[in-house]
Amino acid sequence: MKGLWSIFSKGLVLENPIFVLALSLCPALAVTTSVVNALTMGLTVAFVISMNNLVVSLVRKLVNPKVRVPIYITSIATIVTVAELLLKAFAPLLYKELGIYLSLVVVFAIILARAEVFASKHTPLPSFVDGLGMGCGFTLAMLIIGVIREVIGNGTLLGYQVLPSSYEPALIMILAPGAFILIGYLVGASNILIKHIEKAKASRGETL
Amino acid sequence: MNDYLLLFMGAVVVNNFVLTRFLGLCIFFGVSNNLSASAGMGMAVTAVITLSSMFAWIVHHYILVPFNVTFLTTIVFVLLIASFVQLLEMVVKKYTPALHKMWGIYLLLVATNCVVLGVPLINVESNFSLMKSIVNAFGSGVGFALAIVLMASCREKLRLADVPKSLEGLGVAFIVAGCLALSFFGFSGMIK
Repeated sequence: MKGLWSIFSKGLVLENPIFVLALSLCPALAVTTSVVNALTMGLTVAFVISMNNLVVSLVRKLVNPKVRVPIYITSIATIVTVAELLLKAFAPLLYKELGIYLSLVVVFAIILARAEVFASKHTPLPSFVDGLGMGCGFTLAMLIIGVIREVIGNGTLLGYQVLPSSYEPALIMILAPGAFILIGYLVGASNILIKHIEKAKASRGETL
Repeated sequence: MNDYLLLFMGAVVVNNFVLTRFLGLCIFFGVSNNLSASAGMGMAVTAVITLSSMFAWIVHHYILVPFNVTFLTTIVFVLLIASFVQLLEMVVKKYTPALHKMWGIYLLLVATNCVVLGVPLINVESNFSLMKSIVNAFGSGVGFALAIVLMASCREKLRLADVPKSLEGLGVAFIVAGCLALSFFGFSGMIK
């Protein structure tokens, strides 16, 4: 059980897909203009990455290493299409807002990377948990970015007004430059956080 | 003619894919450490994007639409682009080894990349004609090359700058990209 937890938790901070690995950045900037969009995107990616890890891990002994990448891509594309159709049927408005970025989940480096690095070498359960952890880390990062951008850029949170109406929204946070600059500072903040965690572990005599 | 020119300029500066639509960021931050690599990457992306948009348009119009299977668009485009890039790499290697040496590795890197998949998808979504798709794709490629070369030049200078320890590397690269995006906003009134 402890092993599974450590597999799950490493995706949250130490190997956070966005802040540390800097993979799959397009959606992190493009759809985080509001919290709802960011959350939907995060959950979709978490779904795709854990399901794909499960599938890849199940077929890992049947796949010839030479053709593994096309097979992984086909599997990812299938799962993404399923997620796309589900969203289109049950949340058409959100589907429209996410637009092209939903289809682009297919080419997220993080999904292929987890399949290649982890799922192709482990049994189904740990692979699923690894995907879930990475997905949650991704969702967490998306949420942080989404909350900051929506509150500062629009004065609302989940559509409700949270800042007094005298506050003039800083439009730049909704636009592209604000997203870039915000992520720059968040990367810096996560660097500081990770250094603290490492220091704390080192002082307790643990190795990473 | 005017139409095409506007579309082209729009794709290069106004709707620059990297800086306003956030596509292709992985390569953008990964390669822009080095100016000559960035130029190579820019060329490779332009070539791949233009040609694969053309093929994607043909496949979409003559196969996917008549058979009413447009829900397969994503899967088909991904596989189409990946196999096309493989083929292009082989052809370049065989016929122009010098060129292959220069940007062969970048070709394979762009095979599954958001900007290369994104542009054909956007073309299909906006119902562009074949010629318009090609112009839009070429413009997007040129825009990508422009952005990555600018970014690489900035980062070469940045190496000498005194940056706070925790922002070193990726953090400050993002902030510089933000400033670049801000300056590209100056173009936004140019084309309606």
